[in-house]
Amino acid sequence: MMKEKILYGYSGIFNSPDEISHAAEKATEIGFTKFDVHTPYPLHGMNKAMNLAPSKLGYVALILGLSALMGAIFSLWWVSSIEYPIIVGGKPFFSFPAFVPVMFEVTVLTASVGTVLAMLFFFFKLPNNSHPLHGTEYMQKVSSDKFGLFIQAEDAKFEENAIKSFFESVHASDVNAVYWDDEEINYKHRIFEPKFLVFLFVAALITSGATYFTLNKLMNMVPFNWMMEQQKQNPQQKSLIFSDGYGMRKPVEGTIARGFLPYQFKGLPDLAAEKLINPIPITKEVLALGQKKYDTFCSPCHDYQGTGISRLRGQFPNPPSLHSDKVRNWKDGRIYAVIMDGQNVMPSYTTQLDENERWAVIHYVRALQRSQNAKESDIK
Amino acid sequence: MSSISKIEYQKKELPSRLQSIGLLLTVLGLVIVLAGYLINPDRMAFNNIIGLTFIISIAVGALFFVAIEYLSGAVWSTPFRRIIEIVSSFVIIVPLFVIPLLLNVHSVFHWTHPEAVNADKILSAKAPYLNVNFFIIRVIAFIAIWMLFQYLITKNSKIQDSSKDQTLTSRNIKLSAIFVPFFALTISFTGIDWLMSLEPHWFSTIFGIYYFSGTVLAALATVTFIAVKLNENGFLVKGLIADHYYSLGALLFAFINFWAYIAFSQFLLIWYANLPEETFWFLQRWEGSWVLWTIGLMIVHFIVPYFGLLSQPSKMDPKKLKFFSLWILAAHYYDLYFLVMPNYSKSGVALSWYEIGFPVLTVGLMIILFINKSKKENLVPIGDPKLKRGIDFRL
Repeated sequence: MMKEKILYGYSGIFNSPDEISHAAEKATEIGFTKFDVHTPYPLHGMNKAMNLAPSKLGYVALILGLSALMGAIFSLWWVSSIEYPIIVGGKPFFSFPAFVPVMFEVTVLTASVGTVLAMLFFFFKLPNNSHPLHGTEYMQKVSSDKFGLFIQAEDAKFEENAIKSFFESVHASDVNAVYWDDEEINYKHRIFEPKFLVFLFVAALITSGATYFTLNKLMNMVPFNWMMEQQKQNPQQKSLIFSDGYGMRKPVEGTIARGFLPYQFKGLPDLAAEKLINPIPITKEVLALGQKKYDTFCSPCHDYQGTGISRLRGQFPNPPSLHSDKVRNWKDGRIYAVIMDGQNVMPSYTTQLDENERWAVIHYVRALQRSQNAKESDIK
Repeated sequence: MSSISKIEYQKKELPSRLQSIGLLLTVLGLVIVLAGYLINPDRMAFNNIIGLTFIISIAVGALFFVAIEYLSGAVWSTPFRRIIEIVSSFVIIVPLFVIPLLLNVHSVFHWTHPEAVNADKILSAKAPYLNVNFFIIRVIAFIAIWMLFQYLITKNSKIQDSSKDQTLTSRNIKLSAIFVPFFALTISFTGIDWLMSLEPHWFSTIFGIYYFSGTVLAALATVTFIAVKLNENGFLVKGLIADHYYSLGALLFAFINFWAYIAFSQFLLIWYANLPEETFWFLQRWEGSWVLWTIGLMIVHFIVPYFGLLSQPSKMDPKKLKFFSLWILAAHYYDLYFLVMPNYSKSGVALSWYEIGFPVLTVGLMIILFINKSKKENLVPIGDPKLKRGIDFRL
């Protein structure tokens, strides 16, 4: 059994940061390349003492950062000006200043998380959780209060006696040989190790399952219900509050809807003539509106000029002319009553014309009447 | 660790050639400034504001650095601290630049005209703060505060050179703790008084910190240039290496980002809210040839130095550090020009011999003052208990 063990390297223990720095400098001087230093905390200046090349991790961060920046610009442009353009605050769809914070966040997030992951998987070889130094006394010491130097047997200058005399020259204590564990010898680093992937999957399953169970079953909290469920009664829903069980309630008696003042003069045209006055001013816009509505709804029977010679060609009895003395002497309120109630064959026009439009039509009718019976003063 | 057994510092005289260069620049600058004031006092007064805020940035920003070093207990910057202290002593130039401005205050500040204030609701509402008397009181009080702390802190540090008294360090820590809040207030109100009140109808709540970010950057750039230049030529203590340079470069890089962050925040908030009383300030700088100057600001003040100092080796390279510290110093002047000059020339960028006067004068005075101080003092705080650890500093 003992003979089959293969040497991994030699370790030495030091008591102070100065000693380990000195030893590392000496090891570099002699020309060892495959050696490592283990300390309980980061030592300033160690990378120089070990003559380490600058870390490549910076390039990973740069590439990830730049590509995340590009990706952020592209997706922001695509989402907000092509796929789902929404006007926000009157700004253009592609408004660069608004994107900058998002670009910044995406860049920083991707670069930092990606760099950490790259460090774990490529530099620390993460799925591999075994190393010859694990479980040794050496590792116990350097992870509490000692400083250790380790030289690998793979080093070109490795030779057992030379190593021992080197450790002696730098006053190392506890110089020990470390051997490979059998299963580690032929290990090849794979990021997508099946065992590790299964572990990740199981971990994800347990975490999400436990979360779901705790929130949903144990605490009766629906995760992420957001706006789906609100504390309000929806239409057609059964009510638990009212004894009749109706979720939709009738308005209180006498309720008047906003903007729908009820007509008080139904069947009382003379009272309407007395009480109602035209509330809207005569302007170009009002007359235009009146003309439009008159031409649409009134002119089929009353004719464009109000003469009563209609386009209906006798399918209905022709209405009397609007230019008669009777109609010309009517008050606005009286005409309003006709529009509201209808007269003879004419039905009510309340559904076709809203309040404003009725008064506008009345203004327009007045204008028509005046055009046929102009006074001398109108010509001037 | 490879520690240095003793501090090796040999005091050397700076070359006399530098003295004559400083003198020449000062005289040249003085001639241009005086000629400018005779020919076009309005324009020169606006330039004077740029020159004034520029030297405040360098001197007071440097004092802030000294205070921060004491408060944070930083060791890497201790070998450079005497240089920072000398730079902070440039604060005596400030009154020289203030006096001509106080004589010409009516030609730069709209709010100093009583008839304009009375006719204007906004200005009369701001009058309790923005009036000439209170303004002068503030200016004098701020200069007094800066000079007082500059004197006290550097005096203790100087005495320490010979006495090696460690209690002086703790006394300076206390002084720094008192100074830092004063610095925050004085530098914010300096920015508001001298720069923002040029356009008294405009306001930006972030403006104080905007000026602060440029202040620290300018001070740091000046210190970096002088420190690298002197160390290369062996005027400083032995043992200062790339690790020290890297720290200077990293701080420069950090504050370039900080400036961009603040400048963009100011723009973004105003752009988003889109209120006419705020946006007009940016629109003014987007008109005529000012648009080029504004775009140039982003490139000069952020993009170029950002990419220049992004990588680790570039922060350790003395050549690049010297180049970019000068670049950033110029960029700060460019930034101040962007803040001030659109109030003088609304139609477009105005560049002529007037604009050279104050930078030349400032640089000349700084060189003369530095040489003068370096004759009397060591260039390294040799009595500081942190110095040895500072020299041994490794990344």
